Amino acid sequence: MEGDIAQLGQFIGAGLAGIGSGAAAIGVGHVAGNFLAGALRNPSAAGGQTATLFIGIAFAEALGIFSFLIALLLMFAV
Amino acid sequence: MATENDGGLEFHPLDQFIVKPLFSDGPVHWYTVTNVTLWLAIALVAITALFVFGSRGRAIVPSRTQSIGEVLYGFTYKMVEDVAGKDAVKFFPYIFTLFMFILFSNYLGLLPMSFATTSHIAVTAVLALAVFFTVTILGFVKNGTGFLKLFWVSSAPLALRPILAIIELISYFVRPVSHSIRLGGNIMAGHAVMKVFAGFAAIAAISPVAVLSITAIYGLEMLVAGVQAYVFTILTVVYLRDALHPAH
Repeated sequence: MEGDIAQLGQFIGAGLAGIGSGAAAIGVGHVAGNFLAGALRNPSAAGGQTATLFIGIAFAEALGIFSFLIALLLMFAV
Repeated sequence: MATENDGGLEFHPLDQFIVKPLFSDGPVHWYTVTNVTLWLAIALVAITALFVFGSRGRAIVPSRTQSIGEVLYGFTYKMVEDVAGKDAVKFFPYIFTLFMFILFSNYLGLLPMSFATTSHIAVTAVLALAVFFTVTILGFVKNGTGFLKLFWVSSAPLALRPILAIIELISYFVRPVSHSIRLGGNIMAGHAVMKVFAGFAAIAAISPVAVLSITAIYGLEMLVAGVQAYVFTILTVVYLRDALHPAH
């Protein structure tokens, strides 16, 4: 019984950690959307900023990957 | 969970990441030749072959192999020069080695029945820690204690600076964690998603949809493999720039 409750907690926790992926998706969308908005205003300056775009996406995405990792740890390691 | 067959998946989506010895069934020691060793070696052989055969002709009009090598070399060289400046170019061999190794490991991992070595955080953590220690030692050797200016944001108001210094310090030490988990997590998640959809393909009613989805996700993973190698490399270059020019 206690094992069942612990497993219930694991599954709920892993599901909650999935929210983090959605939040990271919002973040990546903000970065890419704002880049596009800026790039359409000044297309000539956009080419030089793609490196910055990828760095921004990487930073936003890393935190989503952390939540995925938490979910994996809860499912398989705890 | 792989053995339970009560309506769950036929196989476990994370089984593909198990490290197995190649020649025996014994325990895995540090010297045991495993499937990870095999695919790391294949990546090295493939990179060496590309550049040995690519640079053999030294033609003015490059062959196909030579132009692949030239494009990769030129791309990385320009990235180092643009982001970190002229004086970072002497670290170009290290950056290029990292980029090629991660790129080839990612793409070789996408072959069916292969092993994605970069999905293991043990592999990516070694790469990220190597970058972290290189950059930290380099920063202190090049700038002495001036490297600590990296944590003292001189453009901020004086009252805010101690608080910012703490935040900068924490974010500096989180670097190797996020650097390694970003690559490992992305590759692991992508491969796990493909296996999950492969599990759906066993159910007859939705198998056409599942097979089409695997094709689409495979295309996405081709993109992710390239982008993640690029992101790992460019973050290395950014950290290198911080070490060479620490003042804000």
